[in-house]
This record gives sequence, structure tokens and C-alpha cells, in this order.
Amino acid sequence: MNGMLFRLSHRLFWSAVTLLGTAVLTFLLVNAVPGDVARVIAGPKASAEVIQAIHRKFHLDEPMWKRFGHHLNQLAHGDLGQSYVTDQPVADAILSRLPVTAALAALAIVLWMLFAVPLGVLTAKYSGSWFDRWILVLATLTLSLPAFWLARMLQYWLSYRLGWFPVAGFRGLSHLLLPAGTLALLFVGYYARLIHSNMTEVLNSPYIRAARAKGAPEWVVLFRHGLRNALIPVVTILGMDVAGLLGGVMFVENVFALPGIGTLAVQSVFNLDVPVIMGTVMFSAVMVVTTNLVVDVLYRWIDPRIKSAA
Amino acid sequence: MPLLEIKNLQIEFGSGARAARAVDGVSLSLEAGKTLCLVGESGSGKSVTALSIARLLPSPPARYVGGEIRLEGRDVLKMSSRELRGIRGGIVSYVFQEPGASLNPVFRIGAQIKESLGYHRPAAATDAEVIRLLKLVGIPAPESRLRNYPHELSGGMQQRVMIAMALASQPKLLVADEPTTALDVTIQAQIIELLADLRQQLGMAVLLITHNLGIVGDLADDVAVMYAGQIVEQGPARAILQRPLHPYSQALIQSVPRLEADVERLTAIPGTVPLPGSFPNGCRFHPRCTRAQTSCSAHPPELDPVQTGRRVRCPFWNASVPTQADSKPA
Repeated sequence: MNGMLFRLSHRLFWSAVTLLGTAVLTFLLVNAVPGDVARVIAGPKASAEVIQAIHRKFHLDEPMWKRFGHHLNQLAHGDLGQSYVTDQPVADAILSRLPVTAALAALAIVLWMLFAVPLGVLTAKYSGSWFDRWILVLATLTLSLPAFWLARMLQYWLSYRLGWFPVAGFRGLSHLLLPAGTLALLFVGYYARLIHSNMTEVLNSPYIRAARAKGAPEWVVLFRHGLRNALIPVVTILGMDVAGLLGGVMFVENVFALPGIGTLAVQSVFNLDVPVIMGTVMFSAVMVVTTNLVVDVLYRWIDPRIKSAA
Repeated sequence: MPLLEIKNLQIEFGSGARAARAVDGVSLSLEAGKTLCLVGESGSGKSVTALSIARLLPSPPARYVGGEIRLEGRDVLKMSSRELRGIRGGIVSYVFQEPGASLNPVFRIGAQIKESLGYHRPAAATDAEVIRLLKLVGIPAPESRLRNYPHELSGGMQQRVMIAMALASQPKLLVADEPTTALDVTIQAQIIELLADLRQQLGMAVLLITHNLGIVGDLADDVAVMYAGQIVEQGPARAILQRPLHPYSQALIQSVPRLEADVERLTAIPGTVPLPGSFPNGCRFHPRCTRAQTSCSAHPPELDPVQTGRRVRCPFWNASVPTQADSKPA
């Protein structure tokens, strides 16, 4: 138990280091970007006085080290600052958009796992068959589709031409179906192949032969004895993808005009809205760090060997 | 009717021109309650033969190209997958070489034994029965072991759990495929003793696959020596151990280390077992045989009956056979 506590505090310490590093890097990068937010806000014809007033308001006239200190101080108090453009607190902006992004991510993950798991297991079971080969071709195809292109194509054909889905915007869960489907299509091939390769390895293990020797039905051999072991490495990858999706699904959210974190992040870059840019990046980093912690805990649950190794 | 009867079994791996025949015309018979040892070096086809009894070879690449495997008179090679599930565990249970890898790492051992009970004796799928089985195979404090994961046990204990799992379904035939190869020497003796014990207690037939002739004498009623996919000698264990007739059996017995022998080096058979698909012409053992004649490379020898209950695949078995009475394995 002490080992567990030690491990946890160790992980927490490094998580904090990661977040601090992210804060430093984002601040430096954002300040290296050319352009003046005052020009964006006030417009190209604004007078020098107006520009100066805006600079003063956002402390942009102060030296960088001072602004950085201020920024870190804010972060340490859990304050992400306020948007230059809307004056809204950044934390509020992110939190109000989190449900859409989270629902989109959850729906997409459920959709792609629903297909990837049986496809991965069955292609491993019937490795080398025409079925396996066709799935491999399809998986490679979906893997090589650019996200923005696929999203636009699906939107045009399925929503605009066929009218099966709402075209864009967000007024309820039905507006998430096509975006989630798009994401699922982008990920399903990769996961089907990932599960396929893990499963192929697992199916060659002696314990699979031993399960068959006991008289276990084939579906129990595959889905109970096999899949449970084959999913252990998948959890790591899935954790990273969950983190990535929660940090904002840039392309898909923008194509379908969903009010999620991805659209917020893209908008903030166009507006040079520095607090929002840094806020969304920090939020992504927090998501990555948290999902890593969750995956670590989850691992102990799905792979009993890890407990004693720690 | 014997419990297990294998007739002229032929198994190939792969197909077409690259097909390799790993088992070539093996015939075996095992009566209920008896013990048969299948002996040979790695790659001789003994494990393939053993796995084929419950059709456990992955297919593809394995193909059963000829022969019969009869369990209680029914041909396993003609069974549906449903019938196969019934005999797997129901009639024949397996204990494998690596107990650590043969137990599923993510399930508790109690659950794994209970699973086996569930398929064949659903009414007995209880903790109490699992504890009884663990006690039967000599696991101390079985109540506290139920909730252990396989990695929390030692190799010897893992193999005992495998044996308990195999016995759970009350099989008539226990196939032990090199059950001690992966274990320490002291543990090996314990496991062999346990198998001998259980066989007596439960009246099971045992098919023991091993390359260690040292343990054959302790257990076997009969022995079949395999080389390159064929049986080269078979007969009663005592007779074969005392007076092996085939040059390969003689070489195997000579390579068992003996404590009393005053030699510095272990006797080993030069060369290696040829791979399926590249067996030499004529007698498959002739390139490694110290007594090979020129005719050995020309004519493949038959497995001929030579004495009551003994067969040998060597036409020169009778020529100057050394007595092995003084080289009986310890």
C-alpha cells in the first residue's frame, strides 16, 4: 500500500512538472507569434492612442518576464485569465464547451470500439482469409483519409445531399451523430488493426490452447480468454486518444460548426486571443496528464500482474 | 476396445509443395487406466501427435491428411466442433509444458478451475469442489489460493493448478505434454510422483510425452519412441529400457546422465532431428546412426514386430545388440 502511495505521489509530481513545462512553452510560443491583438480588436484603421490603450489594458506594454510571472501566478491560483476579445473568463469558456466535446468524444469512441473490437478479433481468428484482407484494405483506406476532407465529404453527401443528418451547428444529440461517425471512421481502422495484431499474438499463447483443451466454446476462447489479454496494450493508446479528443477535436468540430473546445481553440488563434490559446493548450495538457493517471490505475485493474511488479 | 487408438495418423503442416509431414503413419493404442510414454527429441512429432488427440493443433497450418484417432471408439477426426468440446476435458484432459504460460494471466486460479468444472460438471462448479481439487494435487492452504493469480504461484504450484484444472472434468485420459520440462529438478520429481499417485487414485489412463527417459521407468507401462514423425520402437516399458533394440532408443538411453557412471562428458547423439519436409531418404535416422549400413539410405525400414508386443523400425536390430542391463537409467 505504501508502494502504491509512493507511486501515486511520484506520478503526481511529474504531472505537475509536465504542466509547468507546458505553461512555459506555450507562453514563449504564443509570444513569438507575430501580430498584434490590439489590431485585431480595434481594426486596421484604429488610431495609435486606441492601440496603446488596449496594450495598457492587457499589460502588453510590460516586459515579457513580468507578464510571464503574472501568468504563472494566475495559473497557480487556477485562474486562466480573461479573453481579450469577449472579456469572458477563459475557464468558463472552456467549461461551457466541454460537454459538447466530451459527448462527441464519448460517442465516437463507443462507435469505433463497437466495430473495431469484433473486426480485430475476427480478423485475427481468420488471419489471412479474404475477410481479413478486405478489412486490412478498408482499414488502410480509412487510416489514410485526411480528417478535414472526410468530414467535408460526409457533410456534403450525407447531410446536404441526402438529408440524413443535420448539416451543422448544435441543437441536441442528433447533431453529434455525423461528427462522431466521422471521427469513428477515422479511428476504427487503426483500432481494428491494433486489436488484430495484439489478438494474433495472444491467440498463439499456450493459455489459449489450454482454454480450448478445457472444452471452452470458441467465443469464450476469443472474447473472454483472448480479448481480455489483447486489450491490455490497447488501453494505453485509447487513453492517449481520449486525452487528444477531450483537448478539442479541431477539424471535425470546425467543419460541423460544433461549439466545442476545438472550435474555441481555432477561433482564439485567428483572434490572437492569447489567454484563450494558452487556456485551451493548458486544458489539453491537463487532460493528457489526467487520462495518463486514470490509465495507470485502470491498468492495475485489467492486468493483475502489474500490482506486484510495482 | 482400447480407450485411445490411433491408426496410421498423418499430419502435415502447410499445403501444396511446401507441405511438411510432421507425423507420418503413427499408430498407438492405450487401454483404460494404463500409462503410455511417448519419447523422443524435440521435433520428433510427439507433441503434435499428443495435441491431435483432441484436435488442438491450429488448423491451418496443420492438416490431418490420413488415419484415424479413436477415443472410446469414436473417430475424433470426424467430430463436429460441438462433439470436440465434449471430449476436450470430458474424455481427454491436457497438462502442458509451461504451466506459467498455460494459465491465463488475468484470471484467478479458482475461476480458471471453476470454468473447467462449468463445462463438464456444472453442478460441481463450487468453491468447495475447487478446494477439494487443489487439495488433491497437494496445494497447501488451498482456501487462500483460490483468489491468487497465476503469477503469484511458483512454477511447481502452477503445474499443480494445471493438473487440478485437468482433473476437474474427471477425464479418462490425461495427456501430459512434457509436464516437467520447465521445472526445477526437485520439483520435477514431485510432479511425476503426483501424476503417478493420481493415476492410481483415479484410475486414469496417462499419455506422457517426454524427452527424458529418466522418468519413463517410474510411470510407464508402455513406451513408444518417436523419431522424425515416425515410431521407431514400441513395446513394454521395462523391456525397452532394459534392452532397447533400435539404435535411436539405445542412443537416447545412453544419453541419460547417470550418477554412478564415472564419465566426464555426457553422451549425446550427434547431429539434430531433421525438420519435417527435409527427412533423409531411407531410414530417417541413418545419418546419425553409428551402425548405419549402405542399404540404410536406400530403403525406408518398416516397423516390424520382433517379439511379443514389441516393434522395431530397423532391419539390423538383431545384429550385435549391446545389453543395457548395466546402463539402466537411475
